[in-house]
Amino acid sequence: MEIPYTVEPRPDSGLANGKLGIWLFLASEVMLFGALFSTYILLRVGAVEWPHGELSVKLGAINTVILILSSVTMVVAWAQLKMNNFSKGRMYVIITAVLALVFLVNKYFEYADHFSRGEGPWHSTFLAIYFTLTGLHGLHILGGIAVMAYLAGPGARLWKRNPDQYTNRVEYTGLYWHFVDLVWIFLFPVLYLL
Amino acid sequence: MHSDPAEIKKSIRTYGIVGGLLLVFTVITVAVNQVHLAVPMAITVALIIATMKGSMVAAVFMHLSHERMWIYGALVLTVIGFIILMTVPSFTNMDHIGTPIRVAAPAAEHGAVH
Repeated sequence: MEIPYTVEPRPDSGLANGKLGIWLFLASEVMLFGALFSTYILLRVGAVEWPHGELSVKLGAINTVILILSSVTMVVAWAQLKMNNFSKGRMYVIITAVLALVFLVNKYFEYADHFSRGEGPWHSTFLAIYFTLTGLHGLHILGGIAVMAYLAGPGARLWKRNPDQYTNRVEYTGLYWHFVDLVWIFLFPVLYLL
Repeated sequence: MHSDPAEIKKSIRTYGIVGGLLLVFTVITVAVNQVHLAVPMAITVALIIATMKGSMVAAVFMHLSHERMWIYGALVLTVIGFIILMTVPSFTNMDHIGTPIRVAAPAAEHGAVH
C-alpha cells in the first residue's frame, strides 16, 4: 500500500507529511536544547566564579567553519537534485557527511585533551554543562552522518523509483542538518568565548 | 520554494553568498572576543551576532523566508515553549522553600531583656 502525501502536498496543510513531521520534530529539539541552555544560564548566574579561556577557541572556530560549509553543501545537494542532477546531488551529500566526520574528529581531539588532563565532566560545573551540551550535539552530528550515509548509499536506489520522494528526503535531512548547525552557532560563543 | 531550474540556479548563488557571510560573522565573533570587552557587552555582542547568523541559516538554508502557514504555526508554538523554558530559571529565584523564616521577637520579651 502506498503511503499518501509523501510527495504531493496535503490539501489541508499544503505540505507533504514529511515536511510537517520534520518541523514538529525540530520543535521538540528546540525544547531539548532550550532546557539545557536554560540550565546553563541558571548555573552560570548562580556561580560565584566562572572559568574563562579553558577551551580552545581555535578548534571551536574551525568546527564552526566546518559546520557552516556543511550546511552550504547540504542545501546545494538538495538544489542539484531539484535540477535532476542526481550524481552531483549525491556527491554533495557525501561531502556534507565527510565534513561532519571531520567535525567529530576535531571534537575527539578536544575531548581527548581534556581527559588527558583529568578534566572530565566531574571536574567542574562548567565542564559538566560543556560535556552535556557538546556531547548531545555530537550525538546529533552522528545521527546526521548515519542518515546521510543511508541517503548516499542504499537509500539512493529510491531515486530510480521516485526521484521526488528522494529529493524530499534529502530536503528533510537538510532541515535537520541546518538545525544542528544553528545549535552550534549559539554553542560556540556561549561556551568558548564568554 | 522554487521548482524552476533557473530560479534554483540563482538560489545556489545565494546559498554561497550567505555561507560566505556566515564565515565573515564567525571571524567577527572571534575578533570581538580578542578585544576583551566588559562581560555584559561581550555577551550582548556575541549573542547579537549569533542571532543574526541563526536567522540567516533559518531564513535562507531552511527556506523559512517563504514557507507555508502551518510551518509558521509550528514555529510560533516552538517560540512560546522556548520562552517558557528560558524563564524557568527565574522561577527558582521566587522559590522560598528551604529559606529560614525569621520571626520577630515579641516586644514585651524584648523589653524584659533590657
